Amino acid sequence: MTTTLIGKPVTRVDGRAKVTGAARYAADFNQHAQHYAVIVSATAGLGRVTALDDAPVRAMPGVVEVISHRNALRLAYGPHKAFIDPEVGERLHVLQDDQVRFYGQPVAVVVADTLDHAERAANALRISYAAERPVVDPRDPKALAVEPSGSRGHSHAARGDADRALADAPVKVDVTYDMARENHNPMEPHAVVAAWEGDRLTLWSKSQFVVNEQAEIAAIFGLPVQNVQVNCPFIGGAFGTSLRTWPHVTIAAMAARQVGRPVKLVLSRRQMFFTTGHRPRTLQRVAIGATRDGRITGIIHEGNGETSRYEEFTEALLSATSYMYSCPNVRTSYRLTPLDIGTPNHMRGPGESSGMFALESALDELSYELGIDPIELRRRNEPTMDEGENKPFSSRSLVQCYERGAERFGWAQRTPAPRSMRDGRLLVGLGVASATYPVWYLPTSARVRLHADGTAAVEVAASDMGPGTYTSMTQVAAETLGIPVEQVRVSIGRSDFPPAPPHGGSMTMASVGSAVRAACLAARDEVARRAIADQRSPVFGAALEGVEWIGGSVRRLGDASAGQPYRDILAGSGQPIEAHASNHRDPAAAQRYSMHSFGAVFAEVAIDPDVGTIRVRRALGAYGAGRIVNPLLASSQCTGGMIGGIGMALMEQTALDVRDGRPVNAHMADYLMPVNLDIGQLEALFVDEDDPHVNALGVKGLGEIALVGMAPAIANAIHHATGKRVRHLPIRIEDVLTA
Amino acid sequence: MLPFSFEKVRTEQDAIRAAAAGARYIAGGTTLIDLMRDEVERPERLVDINALPMTDIRADGADLVIGALARMSDVAAHPETKRLQPLIAESLIEGASPQLRNMASMGGNLLQRVRCPYFRMLDAACNKRDPGSGCSAIDGLNAGHAILGTSDHCVATHPSDVAVALVALGAAMRVRGPNGERTFPVEELFRLPGDTPHLEHTLRPGELIVEIRVPGGPYARQARYLKVRDRASYEFALVSAAVALELEGGSIRQARVAVGGVGTRPWRMRAVEEALRGKPVGRDAFAEAAHLALEGTRPLSHNHYKVELLPRTIVRALEMAGGTA
Repeated sequence: MTTTLIGKPVTRVDGRAKVTGAARYAADFNQHAQHYAVIVSATAGLGRVTALDDAPVRAMPGVVEVISHRNALRLAYGPHKAFIDPEVGERLHVLQDDQVRFYGQPVAVVVADTLDHAERAANALRISYAAERPVVDPRDPKALAVEPSGSRGHSHAARGDADRALADAPVKVDVTYDMARENHNPMEPHAVVAAWEGDRLTLWSKSQFVVNEQAEIAAIFGLPVQNVQVNCPFIGGAFGTSLRTWPHVTIAAMAARQVGRPVKLVLSRRQMFFTTGHRPRTLQRVAIGATRDGRITGIIHEGNGETSRYEEFTEALLSATSYMYSCPNVRTSYRLTPLDIGTPNHMRGPGESSGMFALESALDELSYELGIDPIELRRRNEPTMDEGENKPFSSRSLVQCYERGAERFGWAQRTPAPRSMRDGRLLVGLGVASATYPVWYLPTSARVRLHADGTAAVEVAASDMGPGTYTSMTQVAAETLGIPVEQVRVSIGRSDFPPAPPHGGSMTMASVGSAVRAACLAARDEVARRAIADQRSPVFGAALEGVEWIGGSVRRLGDASAGQPYRDILAGSGQPIEAHASNHRDPAAAQRYSMHSFGAVFAEVAIDPDVGTIRVRRALGAYGAGRIVNPLLASSQCTGGMIGGIGMALMEQTALDVRDGRPVNAHMADYLMPVNLDIGQLEALFVDEDDPHVNALGVKGLGEIALVGMAPAIANAIHHATGKRVRHLPIRIEDVLTA
Repeated sequence: MLPFSFEKVRTEQDAIRAAAAGARYIAGGTTLIDLMRDEVERPERLVDINALPMTDIRADGADLVIGALARMSDVAAHPETKRLQPLIAESLIEGASPQLRNMASMGGNLLQRVRCPYFRMLDAACNKRDPGSGCSAIDGLNAGHAILGTSDHCVATHPSDVAVALVALGAAMRVRGPNGERTFPVEELFRLPGDTPHLEHTLRPGELIVEIRVPGGPYARQARYLKVRDRASYEFALVSAAVALELEGGSIRQARVAVGGVGTRPWRMRAVEEALRGKPVGRDAFAEAAHLALEGTRPLSHNHYKVELLPRTIVRALEMAGGTA
């Protein structure tokens, strides 16, 4: 493929719309005569609703309806399970019974003529519960870990005899980790505007997966899929929280149905901690055995993730352990602990970021047991193939990432002994960790329309939660069609557009980009066919294989002229050309190769030895992630992920009160995330990687891997600075105070 | 938010009259509106005092005089603040966020409500919000709570940073009310929770804070505020210390020390001040004195670390102020 635009630092095509307020988000789609709905969340952590006194609330100003399990529509809840839903269990059937399964579960919704009236009434609604004490802590003796019952491959993997290898290993570490629950906390809250026309429902809803939301709401309400339309042109950050369709969407549609008016429903910040998923708390054990010269002989990685009582949320907590390093004996085992909480959900770098924290922290510990530099230890155990799958990697640049990253970061200046580096009175530590994420690629379709004025319109039901889908797809289309980016208009986020996979798992660029490219290629063929059939065209009568596309023009092969611009070809009939195509993956390549991105992440921390403050002064991620479509977007994507990793390492934790399961810090002032002042110098660099196997564009995706590896790099740097191993996240002042 | 009446006044007399009749003063609104939206605060009448001429920041001899309606950001940036009382500027900048500092008034800052999460959740027992209902924090998640001045009824810390500096510096406040004017030390504004945690301050009904006077002193220029927290901005102190030193040769003539994040009100550390008097500037003397700060501390289930952190924070602040950092 010739590249003129792919790989170029094109600025965001939607940047102006975003900074001027022209970009419209779900809650901006106010409808004529709409009402406002406010959810009433359970204040018990387990039990059932025994009384709900709605009469006084109905008498309050502006109140139109109070809906609870007593008067809610009985919904069909037809079977629906998407790729992003837990395989086992059933979604929460909202307002269909009196059961309270977790603190904050919706138990009623108030609809009123204004938001103020609805909020006031929701606060005034008195509800009584028969409450029991929930179990919300996986270390609670009443919490019982179980085997996942589904078939998804997150459960167990084994090769060789890892326990035996550990027992025999001359050098070993065997340690446990506890990682806190996190909530996604995007800037934009979940929001939905629901409007019915007869049996047709339109939703303007924050969603990373509009075609799934369409199908799910249709199943819940027992409607034909085509009767539901979901629109979401812009997303104000999501990090995975909008992958699934959560109960508030159903509630908004139900409320609109019951009051016969459009209804707008926006979750409060606090409600964003209740029913819209979270990164599950995980408990892990990692044991690694090695020879004295640093060859890994055995790895045991056991992981335990929390889930709800009604769904088995699984994630790829242990997947990377089987392919990261060369080792003949590996055993992983995955368990779930059902608790009285809402179902967790994928959060940026799902599974891998948690599992790699444990693995990469333990590897750092091993490097100190061995007295071998942590990068050298990884180099000595670099595999030549995916030993878990017994397949070659389509590409793997981990060693190059370490080499380039180490040089750029100045790793050679590091003195290995803990507490050996200082800056004035501050303790300085440098840490490193590997990152990895699989290359997902799912079927996608796209449509492109070429107009006689030379512009092109691309339509696909994809999303843009921030990585720059609008921009990167514009680049792909402009490149493929040979026209300037200004002539391309990309539209996404409508369920009646050609279907796209979830906007997550780092698959958008690969999957949607390949479909857009395919649609543009198909459009080019259509243009050529029309020209060939046009007596006035220079290519009239040529065979399709006898013409070529050059810079938005068609010419005969071997013709040195500029060719006939497609706008001229289309001007003949005035009819636009529309083409529709899907992406394609060579199934043989997928069978033959193990496909993953890899990276090396470096962090430098400075710790005040007196008061324990920890600051990440600089960090660098070096990634081998296939072709980089837009270095500006890629760099922004990666530094954003690294900041998420700083949050994971040092700040983020949803604190649950075990007495009733309430999140106590469900507030932006109390749920800590990094602010500008916490961010030092961040840099992402990309190792050249030409991977012809992953997809036609050669891209692997970046969104998820950017968070993986950051937390262990920081934890390892904290050990280097202080000599103290902290094996839980987040690591806070109180953890290093006495180091 | 519950309905309320809103009145904007142009004179102090009108403001005090309205407040004496039950209205609540509103200035920047950064605490009050937030809490009203959660229905934690439920005033029926608000009287907006932003039009009153109380925004002056000026020097009066060696004293710094701050109008009660001066915004935190204006006070922090004012040349007289920086010249006379850099500790006030530093403690202000460490507080809140730029957006909040642009809105919040000095008087409102002193009267801000606690950050205890249970206080903010209507379905949690809280003696401060709902007297007699109990305290959810004592047996709950209390890592951010107080170790000094607590009672069996409330363990919430006072959240203000600048109040810690004002208490250290012995600032006074002038208030006017239906029965005239009075002046008293800022330190006396704050009550201990005892068995009436819903009563937080000593203002009488209708009283309006008019100005704050920070007396000059030989220690004012050698003063620092250290705020220790897990993120670098927009977080309340785990522990903070405001210290001011008057040095003579290599030793301490007098010291002022107050701490935040650990007490149910800003906490002046007089025993530490006494112990520093006449001591040589240096870590040993600082540490010995700072240890006295632990007297009477009562850690809760999740905040033992504050006992470790409190003297360390004082020592570091003393080193910063003493120029030995």
